[in-house]
Amino acid sequence: MSSTTGTPAGTAAPGAAAKARFSGAQQRLLAFASLIVLVVGFSLASPNFLQTSNILAILQATSVNGVLAVAATLVIITGGIDLSVGTLMTFCAVIAGVVLTNWGMPLPVGILAALAAGAASGVCSGTIIAKLKVPPFIATLGMMLILKGLSLVISGTRPIYFNATPGYTDIAQGSLVGTLIPSVPLPNGVLILFLVALVAHIILRKTILGRFTFALGSNEEAVRLSGVNVDRWKIAVYTLAGGICGVAGLLISSRLNSAQPALGQGYELDAIAAVVIGGTSLSGGRGTIVGTLIGALIISVLTNGLRILSVAQEWQTVVTGSIIILAVYTDMLRRRKV
Amino acid sequence: MITRRNVLAALAAGTLLAATGGIALAQESGQKMYIPVISKGFQHQFWQAVKSGADKAAAEFGVEITFEGPDTESQVDRQIDMLAAALAKQPTAIGFAALDSQAAIPLLQQAKDANIPVIAFDSGVDSDIPVTTAATDNVAAAALAADKMAELIGGKGQIALVVHDQTSRTGVDRRDGFTNRITEKYPEIEIVSTQYGGGDQLQSTEITKSILQANPDLKGIFGANEGSAIGVVNGARELGRQIVIIGYDSGAQQKQAIKDGVMAGAITQNPVGIGYETVKAAVQAAKGESVPKTIDTGFFWYDKSNMDSPEIAAVLYD
Repeated sequence: MSSTTGTPAGTAAPGAAAKARFSGAQQRLLAFASLIVLVVGFSLASPNFLQTSNILAILQATSVNGVLAVAATLVIITGGIDLSVGTLMTFCAVIAGVVLTNWGMPLPVGILAALAAGAASGVCSGTIIAKLKVPPFIATLGMMLILKGLSLVISGTRPIYFNATPGYTDIAQGSLVGTLIPSVPLPNGVLILFLVALVAHIILRKTILGRFTFALGSNEEAVRLSGVNVDRWKIAVYTLAGGICGVAGLLISSRLNSAQPALGQGYELDAIAAVVIGGTSLSGGRGTIVGTLIGALIISVLTNGLRILSVAQEWQTVVTGSIIILAVYTDMLRRRKV
Repeated sequence: MITRRNVLAALAAGTLLAATGGIALAQESGQKMYIPVISKGFQHQFWQAVKSGADKAAAEFGVEITFEGPDTESQVDRQIDMLAAALAKQPTAIGFAALDSQAAIPLLQQAKDANIPVIAFDSGVDSDIPVTTAATDNVAAAALAADKMAELIGGKGQIALVVHDQTSRTGVDRRDGFTNRITEKYPEIEIVSTQYGGGDQLQSTEITKSILQANPDLKGIFGANEGSAIGVVNGARELGRQIVIIGYDSGAQQKQAIKDGVMAGAITQNPVGIGYETVKAAVQAAKGESVPKTIDTGFFWYDKSNMDSPEIAAVLYD
């Protein structure tokens, strides 16, 4: 982004956005090509890979990490990082559990409560970062632990089941598409992932919030000097990301029919891996939701494919790690050429 | 536009290749029985011992197995994904140790519908779907630990428990098995504290130290799993206190503590047996033979006197 550093503040934001769109298309192609290579490779290696049920299982497995990765993408484009996405997801799931199971409230109230809890936590993270000037890494590391602890406290360290709320499992496990087109039993969780990604994509590309998200990551100082209330936009991005984590909380608890309070730590790293594989720069100012979606799919396809091939588990993690490094390295190579 | 066309072409080519490759390989897939075993963990030595038992049965019965488990016992969703991938491989039977039974029910139902027998192991699955459960009777095993504790402290005095957690089946069963035996049979023994350290050695060490500080007359502590037991040993050592320590499971550190006399003894499950019986039952169920509804894989008390005997040494692991 060195080219935009010297430009007047007023043009920094659109300039960055345009450039991001350009390199995004290339990175998407590269990531998409890797995804295709993986799918083809696994299909050739095992007849059980390219089965409808397995493809649906892969998509289902992508849904939670994909939604978290979309949230992480927004924050990373601003040049920040959010380590709390995993435990925030759990926190929102626990809130839904308390509202629905312990308090017996109707389903829509539980859904709203989970989303509100996510947004509220995002406001906290954003405020700590923007107003108290605590670096995002530290602020969200703190939030990660706070939310982990609160989830355990609120749930009483026990899983909260949703047996009293019929229909809760349909949020992720039902299939709206399947009822309309019986031959395509796409789980709702996957549909929700696509919807969340679409909304985030539109916000990034078509709204002022999106423009400032890129601008913050490209040259925050220039944006500030041009008289924009940087803090407010930053808090807005973290709030939006928090709300999206609330969606992930609903998805995972619906899938498990329970809010598991001890789960969540470590999930932020998978989300960040998906973002990075998708070509979003950790230094901010550049990134796409489509890339992130492909990144998340690459991780799931890889995990599932290696299992289908019965690769020993200790080697699965070695391969996944290597792919992350390879993906980022090819991205760097390409950018050097540009 | 060029971009999009390339992508479409790649996609089309990929699908075509995939389809042909799939057909080619489908024809040459072997006749050997395939049984994926999905455990609750992988890195922990206990699970590696279960794996060795499963491998032994696989070699003996000529079947192919895979052994997998999530990184931590809280990753319920990761385990579900493993089960989904296992089902996609169209296995002959499945071995499964559920982290959360309810979460797994849709997939277990899928297995049942596809006539794939499910063998539950370790702590079992709360459902009618598994044809059998191969597990340790943790309540009875912890009660044996309580009897040994009572014997070693002379039937009276204060004791405490350091347990891994209050949510898992093993945590609850071992705590209740031990506590109930003490309250029912040994009225002169008082349990002054029961605390939870997540099976983490360091956390359990700190807990032990605080229990010992608070109770100067404490005579013994029961550590309900490997990590808890090691923590109790470390805590007592750091404070220089001589108490009766009873552990659970094995592992190099715990075995050493027993050899050194720091730990009085421990209960060992039979992890190798759990793995072996799981695969054996899977083979039998797949052949349509009848299997008992539960398989008690057994447990043993071991201390300095018997830990080198072949019978005990076979079920201990490092």
